[in-house]
Amino acid sequence: MKNSKYKITIGLEVHAHLKTQTKLFCRCPNRTGAEPNTLICPVCTGQPGTLPVAGEESVLQAVRAALALNCKINKYSVFERKQYFYPDLPKNYQISQYKLPLAENGYIEAGGVKIKIDRVHMEEDAGKLVHRKSETLIDYNRGGAPLIEIVSAPEITSPEQASEYLKKLRQILVYSSVSDCDMEKGSMRCDANLSLNLKESSRLGVKTEVKNMNSFKAVENALSYEARRQEELLLEGKKIDQETRLWDENNNRTAGMRSKEEAHDYRYFPDPDLPPLVVQETVVEEIRKSLPELPASKIERYMGEMGIGEYDARVLCQEKEGAEFFENAYSKLEDKKKGVKKLSSWINTELKGKMNTEGMDFKNIQLDPGSLAELVNLIQSGKISGKMAKDIFEIMWNEKKCPQEIVEKRGLSQISGEDKIEGLCRRAIEENPGLAEKYLTGKEGTIGPLVGFVMKETRGQANPSMVNKKLRQILDGKK
Amino acid sequence: MSNIKTLRKSILSGRTTAVSAVEESLKKIKSESDLNCWINIYEKESLEKASEIDEKIKKGENPGKLGGIPIAIKDNMLVKGMKTTNASAMLKDYVSPYTATVVEKLSSEGAVIIGKTNMDEFAMGSSGETSAFGVTRNPVDTERSPGGSSSGSAAAVAAGHVPASLGSDTGGSIRQPAAFCGIVGMKPTYGVVSRYGISPFASSLDQAGPLAATVEDTAAILEVIAGYDRMDSTSIKREVPCYAENIEGSIEGVKIGIPSEYMQEGTETAVRERVLAAAGILEKLGAEIKEISLPLTKYAVSVYYIIAPAEASANLARLDGIKYGLSADSGKDFLSDVTASRTEGFGSEVKRRIMLGTYVLSSGYYEDYYIKAQKARTLIKNEFSEAFKIVDLIFAPTSPTTAFGLGEKTGDILKMYLSDVFTISANLAGIPALNLPVGLDSKNLPVGAQFMGNYLSEELIFRVARALEKEIKSSEKQ
Repeated sequence: MKNSKYKITIGLEVHAHLKTQTKLFCRCPNRTGAEPNTLICPVCTGQPGTLPVAGEESVLQAVRAALALNCKINKYSVFERKQYFYPDLPKNYQISQYKLPLAENGYIEAGGVKIKIDRVHMEEDAGKLVHRKSETLIDYNRGGAPLIEIVSAPEITSPEQASEYLKKLRQILVYSSVSDCDMEKGSMRCDANLSLNLKESSRLGVKTEVKNMNSFKAVENALSYEARRQEELLLEGKKIDQETRLWDENNNRTAGMRSKEEAHDYRYFPDPDLPPLVVQETVVEEIRKSLPELPASKIERYMGEMGIGEYDARVLCQEKEGAEFFENAYSKLEDKKKGVKKLSSWINTELKGKMNTEGMDFKNIQLDPGSLAELVNLIQSGKISGKMAKDIFEIMWNEKKCPQEIVEKRGLSQISGEDKIEGLCRRAIEENPGLAEKYLTGKEGTIGPLVGFVMKETRGQANPSMVNKKLRQILDGKK
Repeated sequence: MSNIKTLRKSILSGRTTAVSAVEESLKKIKSESDLNCWINIYEKESLEKASEIDEKIKKGENPGKLGGIPIAIKDNMLVKGMKTTNASAMLKDYVSPYTATVVEKLSSEGAVIIGKTNMDEFAMGSSGETSAFGVTRNPVDTERSPGGSSSGSAAAVAAGHVPASLGSDTGGSIRQPAAFCGIVGMKPTYGVVSRYGISPFASSLDQAGPLAATVEDTAAILEVIAGYDRMDSTSIKREVPCYAENIEGSIEGVKIGIPSEYMQEGTETAVRERVLAAAGILEKLGAEIKEISLPLTKYAVSVYYIIAPAEASANLARLDGIKYGLSADSGKDFLSDVTASRTEGFGSEVKRRIMLGTYVLSSGYYEDYYIKAQKARTLIKNEFSEAFKIVDLIFAPTSPTTAFGLGEKTGDILKMYLSDVFTISANLAGIPALNLPVGLDSKNLPVGAQFMGNYLSEELIFRVARALEKEIKSSEKQ
């Protein structure tokens, strides 16, 4: 779309499952993985005479999410009934919010741009249909689970930015512990609206809604496809139908699902079973105070206070647990100013590399952040070399021991004694007369192989910079 | 059957037992099955419960405020393990998976649930004639309607099958049948009684309440079923007053308004006469009678027939034949199955209201109907609030007519709907209202009058109604 005469406008509607003990309108457990229809009650299966009672925990989590997304919380919001017949919907209406949502006017910063969030509202999830050969079964375990819907303004300008927005959104929600946001497991779902209009025009074109995207990559692919499809139609002089389209992952295309004429009339009206939801200002302030430091402000602090480069700061903050690991280790550094860069590079390269190959993440690694700080301290103080540190790290990872202990037990401590180094250097010169000769004739590059000899002899335990210095001292004395 | 107070004394003193009270009740029910008041009778269970009560009394334990008293409940209230049909083919075999809060409360005070009473299907009707289980007959005159929708609950009390029953009132469904059958019936302030476990008709209007032979018994039942319920977000957090205990007392100086709009030509002469005569008695007892005006009353029926069906259309959507209830197989897709089940399961009045409700909530009509009706509802509420600045209570006919004949109005829907013209306003406003029999018309049919009070004025209503009831009864004896 780079050289197109059209520009893209995208709006995203994201559903995220809230992490809570119980469902939104009944006190059934809110969790996944249980046997079908074991986490149900008369309320969440829509028995006659049952009534919804909004769970405080769900409301607080939703407020927390909305605050993390910089929204204004509405003191009064209203639950409404969204009506449509579908077998996974026990009451054949979903309790949602429509005219007066829980929160409005937030934003997310993605790719250096502020993207406006129009609203965040609460609603209940539906059950799950399990299709078999000749029958369809319904599992109501998920029915009534608390969801928030986050609706962005139509301000996203490319599929890549959409993906960036989603990543940021997930990061914030996971950081705030309101949701797992796992798209593959369905705890985060995304629908997108996309339209094209001429670059010089400010009037938005006819939009299509795209559904059924199960990963960030799928969102990006589906929107790229949809933008191309619309562009081709427009270039041919055809009109875009306002319709809902499904992303077909296997065939890499979107296909029409229903047109505007077939669109549902949801017949929303305020749920008479639920009084308006009132969220007091004091509650909002309490939650605001309890919000963890979010990535944007962490990155700023790492760069400012700690002097870490932007790239490293961003990588460290990708996950809350990673940032916590780093901050924990940082607090145990002996020389914070000098050690911080080494520490961040150790986390971002060595540790993350190891985690990747072993398929682990910050939530389940056994490595203690204090140990990694100790390792950096040992390097900084010259007790071990970088090369040794890598070996020690391997042992730390495998045997869950602290570096000091490994160093002591295996005699791995760096050789830094003046006398010992001198002896080693003299032997190196004796055994490599050719190299020594060349050095003396001015080819100082031969110092490298000489240092290498010492390191090899000591299995890397000699302090290389001391060896280098001593070798020069001895040879220069012979000039 | 004697009233609750007398029966309770007899059971506690050992002059009779709970078992024999229940046996007597069951005997009567069986001998008068042609009234068709009942959908299900819990013979075995009620006898078991009665003997438990008798055991308790023998051991000197407290059997509860309603220990051993047989009580009927409307068949839209759930009792775990028992059928709750709502008098609909849709739920004729539906077994309740839990128990309604009102039933829990009755049971925990020792009441014996004798069974479930007939009603208009899903409480939609004013004559008891929309039931899938056949019409209920008025014990006063079996060719006449007992009123509705709590037709069986009113008829069973009037026939003396039980001393009291529970009904539900969305637009007059307790008061109008109580008026037609000549008994007392009360719709409490919205939120006083939990709705949990009562199949909804229109959630913002529904309120369960007692029907009984006397004001005192009505108060005694309300005292037991009222109270905050954490399962119902619309129930009021407040300590329950001792309604029955505080019932006697002077009504000197109580200001009572009679709305002129309720006393015009549309109201039968005999009804007007009885109401005015009762007002005369109230005045004699020291009350101050005033004529007032409630001009918005004429809009109540129109407003009601938008809001109630709108809520009902959503409330009844869950009855799709998928999870429970009548399930028809269309041999086609899901939606066709649902359509087939609902076509077969619902009666015509229910279908009419579902369609009406669906229509007024549809895009393009919502603003013109639903929103407008909500605004009018607010005006009606305000009109009552203004009236209660001038008077303490409003006294008016419960229905413009006495019991009409079975089949008399089934052909004219509007006429049927207008039968609730005087009761609907209290539901729209959410205020309490109680029907009291105030005499008979020339055909010896009971005339009912209602007291409407401000929010949570049940105690005052009971006191004034009790005073009037006493006077009317003593004058009848003379």
